[in-house]
Amino acid sequence: MSAPYRTEAGGRIDRSRTLNFTFDGARMQGVQGDTLASALLANGVHLMGRSFKYHRPRGVLSAGSDEPNALVAVRRDDARYTPNLRATEVELYEGLQAESQNRWPSLRLDVGASARLLAPFLAAGFYYKTFMWPRKAWDRFYEPFIRAAAGLGKAPTQADPDRYASRYAHCDVLVIGSGPAGLAAALTAAASGARVMLCDEQAELGGSLLTDQGALIDGQPTHAWLADALSTLAALPNVTLLPRTAAFGYFAHNLIGLNQRLTEHLPTAQATGVRERMWSVRATEVAICAGALERPLVFPGNDRPGVLLAGAARTYLNRYGVTPGRRVAIVAGCDGAYRTALDLHAAGVTLAVIADVRPAADGPLLRAARAAGLIVRAGMTVTGTGGARRVTSVSLAPVRADGSVGGVSETIPCDAVLMSGGYTPSVHLFSQSRGKVVWDDALKTYVPGASVERERSAGACRGSFGLAAALADGANAGAEAARAAGFDVAPKTFAAEATEASADSVIGALPQPASTKTGEAFVDWQNDVTVKDLHLAAREGFRSIEHIKRYTTTGMATDQGKTSNLNALGVVSHALGAPMAEIGLTTFRMPYTPVTFGSLAGVSRGDLFEPVRATAIHDWAVEHGAVFEDVGAWKRARYFPKAGEDMHAAVARECLAVRSACGIFDASTLGKIELIGPDAAVFMNRMYVNAWTKLSVGKCRYGLLLGEDGFIVDDGVVGRIAEDRFHITTTTGGAARVLAKMEDYLQTEWPELKVWATSTTEQWAVIALQGPKARLILEGLVESVDLSPEALPHMSVVEARICGVTTRLFRVSFSGELGFEVNVPAEYGRAVWEAIWAAGRPHGLLPYGTEAMHVLRAEKGFIIVGQETDGTVTPDDVGLGWAIGKAKPDFVGKRSLARPAMSAPNRKQLVGIFTDDPALVLEDGVQIVAAPGQPTPKRLIGHITSSYPSAALGRSLALALVQGGRARMGETLYAATAEGDVPVRVTAPVFYDPDGARVNG
Amino acid sequence: MADLTPLTRAAPPAPKSPCLTNAPTADRLLLRGDREVMAAAGAAFGLTLPTLACRAVAVADVAALWLGPDEELLILADGAAPAAMVRLANALIGQPHSLVDISHRQTGLGISGPHAEAMLAVGCPLDLHLSKFPIGMNTRTVFAKTEIVLWRTGPDAFRIEVWRSFRAYVLGLLEEASHEFTP
Amino acid sequence: MLLIPCPHCGDRPELEFVYGGQAHIARPADPSALSDQAWAEYLYMRDNPKGPHAERWRHTHGCGHFFNLVRDTTSDMILASYRTGEPRPTLAADPKGAA
Repeated sequence: MSAPYRTEAGGRIDRSRTLNFTFDGARMQGVQGDTLASALLANGVHLMGRSFKYHRPRGVLSAGSDEPNALVAVRRDDARYTPNLRATEVELYEGLQAESQNRWPSLRLDVGASARLLAPFLAAGFYYKTFMWPRKAWDRFYEPFIRAAAGLGKAPTQADPDRYASRYAHCDVLVIGSGPAGLAAALTAAASGARVMLCDEQAELGGSLLTDQGALIDGQPTHAWLADALSTLAALPNVTLLPRTAAFGYFAHNLIGLNQRLTEHLPTAQATGVRERMWSVRATEVAICAGALERPLVFPGNDRPGVLLAGAARTYLNRYGVTPGRRVAIVAGCDGAYRTALDLHAAGVTLAVIADVRPAADGPLLRAARAAGLIVRAGMTVTGTGGARRVTSVSLAPVRADGSVGGVSETIPCDAVLMSGGYTPSVHLFSQSRGKVVWDDALKTYVPGASVERERSAGACRGSFGLAAALADGANAGAEAARAAGFDVAPKTFAAEATEASADSVIGALPQPASTKTGEAFVDWQNDVTVKDLHLAAREGFRSIEHIKRYTTTGMATDQGKTSNLNALGVVSHALGAPMAEIGLTTFRMPYTPVTFGSLAGVSRGDLFEPVRATAIHDWAVEHGAVFEDVGAWKRARYFPKAGEDMHAAVARECLAVRSACGIFDASTLGKIELIGPDAAVFMNRMYVNAWTKLSVGKCRYGLLLGEDGFIVDDGVVGRIAEDRFHITTTTGGAARVLAKMEDYLQTEWPELKVWATSTTEQWAVIALQGPKARLILEGLVESVDLSPEALPHMSVVEARICGVTTRLFRVSFSGELGFEVNVPAEYGRAVWEAIWAAGRPHGLLPYGTEAMHVLRAEKGFIIVGQETDGTVTPDDVGLGWAIGKAKPDFVGKRSLARPAMSAPNRKQLVGIFTDDPALVLEDGVQIVAAPGQPTPKRLIGHITSSYPSAALGRSLALALVQGGRARMGETLYAATAEGDVPVRVTAPVFYDPDGARVNG
Repeated sequence: MADLTPLTRAAPPAPKSPCLTNAPTADRLLLRGDREVMAAAGAAFGLTLPTLACRAVAVADVAALWLGPDEELLILADGAAPAAMVRLANALIGQPHSLVDISHRQTGLGISGPHAEAMLAVGCPLDLHLSKFPIGMNTRTVFAKTEIVLWRTGPDAFRIEVWRSFRAYVLGLLEEASHEFTP
Repeated sequence: MLLIPCPHCGDRPELEFVYGGQAHIARPADPSALSDQAWAEYLYMRDNPKGPHAERWRHTHGCGHFFNLVRDTTSDMILASYRTGEPRPTLAADPKGAA
């Protein structure tokens, strides 16, 4: 099947390479170089989508990333299904399968289009006005309705199988946009020797040069000049060219986000490599050469398929060899429309009429059109279009000198209406860079004002329209950027010969007879916002453009109002009787064009989503069937189930093993800090609540660390290795925080102290051996160190050789049993663990995990920072007031503890909790109340912080923070569970071996 | 009685990508102190410790990497730390300082080849162009969501020092990145 | 993402740094001498200026050192970078400098 609207020759396509594709299942053919939109147009298909709100049939409007209508899904398979792509950007490949969206059962026959009948009720603010009441209708009716109606395309149903990449990059000059300004900037900057990156969202570099015909640069036709310029740039080692790469975000200090599409244009069999690459480019200087976006004209029926932008039609003709119709009408709001008229005329397309909506249009392009015999009617307006799924006519009426519309509308048959209101500078990236746009009265548009970042705009994106102006502006920008980055270069000069257009353009709605309904004059195609909606917002009292935007949703669709913003301002300006400059422009946000989640995630997916930290003993635990839990980034063995055991059974067995024989536990994740220097003890005295001066070498102390606010932030055993050396342990999660806090005080508060803190968390694997047989097991392994209670009492540390490895052997206990913690250089960790394991097995040694560790410590009433504490807990609150060195004049947090509120008797204090039902294990976090059956809100006097079944006690136990808890011993309180208030008894928080005899073995 | 045969240090398996290697097993010391300490420590090894920020010096059996104004990482041959600590302690008598054996805290990875810079750029936000990150430059920095020390040892060669539990993550990212360059 | 000039290492990406709050608030030499009110002022009360702000940063994933920046909170532009212990520099754009 040949494509009926394909021209015989011309364009940047390869007619000899036919490509088969389907659209909604219909088989069609395009050629190499087509976009999906150009291929569909070549086949005479304008209807490419349905609008979001009213499901109106829509044709393609533009030829670029500003397309609001032709949103399609492209399917490679069930997993590679990409919705919401602009058909104007989808490059055709052999076998491409595209589907239209937002329609059912088909694009031509869409049930949802009945929403159009509701249009009178779906005006601006409909949602705010309708879904207010009754409240209960939300859950049952409104929300399901909105959810069903909302959204454009469908998300793929399977995990994304593709590979995405990310890359940091740096350059001296980043040029965004490769039209004449961008190329001139890049050529100039590159000549300076600067590192230059040039990106463009399109498949081919060249911007408007890909469409322009007839102009000359340096005596060459534009296409030839473009080819030369690109080969020059490609040959330079200091230049990186990035086609198919959209600059989507401009972040602080010249960090630009670029999204590069690498395989989207390839047939599926070849699309095997990295699909997209996210570039984070830090540019010393930026030249924004983003060009301008063509503005539609606003008249009734302007959204009928077959009505499209005149410049886009010229692109389809000159770049893709496609005509939008056979008999076209042109509605000109600017001179540029005449270029389209002339090129179409030259291609043999019949021009039904050129209606110029400007009262006094003139200029070389208009005259050229007349000279070519084209009918130009100036001072006209469009009062409507005819046709159903394709435009069949356009109705014109003359505009009187006073602006009113007079006479009878004349209806002219046509199969395409090409309109152009002028060009809006693309200030999106400039605005994202925090630059403020300013209104230019001469150009009648917003242009970039003063820069905030190290950037400059050049060419059409700052209102320098025309080929010669863009080239000169770009060259200047390139030179300025290179010089600002420290390179020396003069702007290159280019001789351009082109017919220049005037800046005369049209903004807002075209004048209409009083009788015309403006409900079908669209301003924002994608969000179905009409002139009537904007007028309604103005009538209802909205004045700020930011409010009008949100009320009507104009400019809030996925195209961010690329085609609609300025017209919306024009309509609002007219409705409010305020000049455009006073209306202001809404802020542009990133992304400029949508970015896939895959690209944003980049390589951070699956196992690489974030670091997973494993200890030196991790593999042993895996081999022994451990179930792991995440503690921060660490994987920790939670329990070691035997066949058929659930967690409860495994933990009970592990706990009993520790209490009766011995358990071995991987404590490697504990934070460890080596503190060294002559002022080490002085520093410890200032940081921790405890007194350290008298701690002997070889002895340990439980250290408690507060914030300056007096609340507990960390804890851990600290051993004195030498007079000037401490081995500090911290919680697993607090390691980095504690070290940073120490550095903060050392560097900024007490720089005079001669002491340094070094993280040794990962230097040591820590093997905890806890239980009455711990000494027995270790004795045979430790070389020439006396482990007897006299030589190595509880809370001491000694250097010991085990299996030839020098270790730090701590006699400490977090279980209440006789305990040791062997610190082994990590790369010997597993070997030493296995040696201890082998030595211990005859004695009943069992591995235990973090769950048993938690139960064991809870049985002893030992707190866990972050579980019993929550940033509002003082040492006294959890019964650790004894740890405070009372004689010390100062330590971090001491002053705050002196505030009266910190010792108020009704503060929440740590207590033990027994449920009346010994089998009931409360959930962590359950609230405590004094009396049962209170209506909500209940008066809450505390909460459960830890709760476990205890094998040693044969019942459940819990720790809780309860107001005035220590004075409530024996009281019955109630735990407010989801099932009701459960009676509980307050008890001391030490449940097991309250005298602490067992720790001595 | 347990087997008291001296143990060998566990070494991680070799990376899959030909651009990546495990650095040889090494000892490491972290030295902290003022300029005088650094000068005296350098003298003990017969080298001038870098005073310029972010620079490393290396001789046959020892490399000294500037990590901060008062922080120097010494990379030594496997097993050399105990003797080096004695030598340094003797050289630094009377000069307050901190010397910690961190041989096992971190491991070394080598990245080499024409794509080394680009592979690192997957996760490292620094400008690694030879003119901005010359041979001999080293610094602590970030690699994606973790911290590394990055040292350029040649035009196309870098060494990463990473804490042992983050090695798998860094290596995984680099191997993922290598797919871009080795089809 | 800011590009932050570390006084030791030069321009580095924000990813390497941790923010440390308002600068030039010294911990009182003798906290016990302060009234509850004065202590609360030290502990909790901070400026929130629109414009230049002297603030602490730490080059955590770099040289590890704390230093100070004067940053314009309205533009995120960094007006000065200086070492801990040095006074806030005098800047034309920062009337509070070197007070």
